Amino acid sequence: MAGALATSIYQHVSPPQSTLIRRNAVYLTSIFAGAFAFEVAYDTSTNKLWDTWNRGRQWKDIKHQYLNKADEEDDE
Amino acid sequence: MLARTVLRSVPFRGLARQSLNKTSSRASSSAAGAESASSPFHLTLTASVATAIALGSATYLYGQEAFAMTPAEEGLHATQYPWEHAKWNKTFDHAALRRGFQVYREVCASCHSLTRVPWRSFVGVTHTVDEMKAFAEENEYDTEPNDQGEIEKRPGKLSDYIPAPYQNEEAARFANGGALPPDLSLIVKGRHGGCNYIFSLLTGYPDEPPAGASVQEGMNFNPYFPGTAIAMARVLFDGVVEYEDGTPATTSQMAKDVVEFLNWAAEPEMDDRKKMGFKAITLLTGLFALSVWVKRYKWAPVKTRKIVYSPPVPRR
Repeated sequence: MAGALATSIYQHVSPPQSTLIRRNAVYLTSIFAGAFAFEVAYDTSTNKLWDTWNRGRQWKDIKHQYLNKADEEDDE
Repeated sequence: MLARTVLRSVPFRGLARQSLNKTSSRASSSAAGAESASSPFHLTLTASVATAIALGSATYLYGQEAFAMTPAEEGLHATQYPWEHAKWNKTFDHAALRRGFQVYREVCASCHSLTRVPWRSFVGVTHTVDEMKAFAEENEYDTEPNDQGEIEKRPGKLSDYIPAPYQNEEAARFANGGALPPDLSLIVKGRHGGCNYIFSLLTGYPDEPPAGASVQEGMNFNPYFPGTAIAMARVLFDGVVEYEDGTPATTSQMAKDVVEFLNWAAEPEMDDRKKMGFKAITLLTGLFALSVWVKRYKWAPVKTRKIVYSPPVPRR
């Protein structure tokens, strides 16, 4: 188990055909892009889980009763 | 004589062992006290009694918990209620916060201030911007001094804080028979028992004080209040407010709503705090598992290495 992930990352390092780690710019870009994508995905999924746990309890669940439907779409 | 009285009070086990070892002749010989040095039982007994007395007196002197107050002065311990918003993954029920604010405005606010809460903090939590602006404008606030140095009045803004019902502490005491209604901004954090205590206090007024309880003039009996004599009378009765969302305004419903509202006033960050804590703990758990895996990966060659010592074969 321990070696599986590492092998998949480091497998192609020694031959010059490595795609991810051969060029530093590509490597750094992939790290930053991966971090950004992970944060978006993580926040979205945890927020969804949180809202499932707290369905009907938060302000966004009840504010439709109190907003004036006519012209106040932007005020919250 | 002393030996005999001591012997009489020897515990049963001591007696049994004594009679097992030697028969009645043993007791009579030691009662003579001739060879006490060769009688370790007496030494043991004396040492045990001395130790017991020392420990007992030390416990009596220093080991007891000291209570400065009688149970009545301590107040009845509040009942533990299963607050939904106190669970680790639950936010406040914002509909309850809105009802609780209504209870505060219509009932509590005539005596209790909420000075650390500005009008703006309700926006996006319990009320819309327009509702809160309307509430704020019902109150007058001092302006900055104008050119002549005079301070005028202006209607309230969202950034203003909720005005106190009394100008100062003296006015509050004077209007309430010497008792000061505490500020409710942080009352949930500021009282032992928190929500449980306030709910028990609000709903715990008996119809009449129990027999034998002395209640002074102008005071009310509440078993949950330390000292049992509280200046605040019972204020929550069924139907004293009318909820806009149709919830039956029973005493316990109003008390629950206003307690949850006061908990929000004391901890407005609770929703975000719990959410961020949940996210952080989940993420850190994953990172911890990753670090464990990296350690095992790095150590695998070391752990599986086999060192063999092959001694040099001596030449013949």
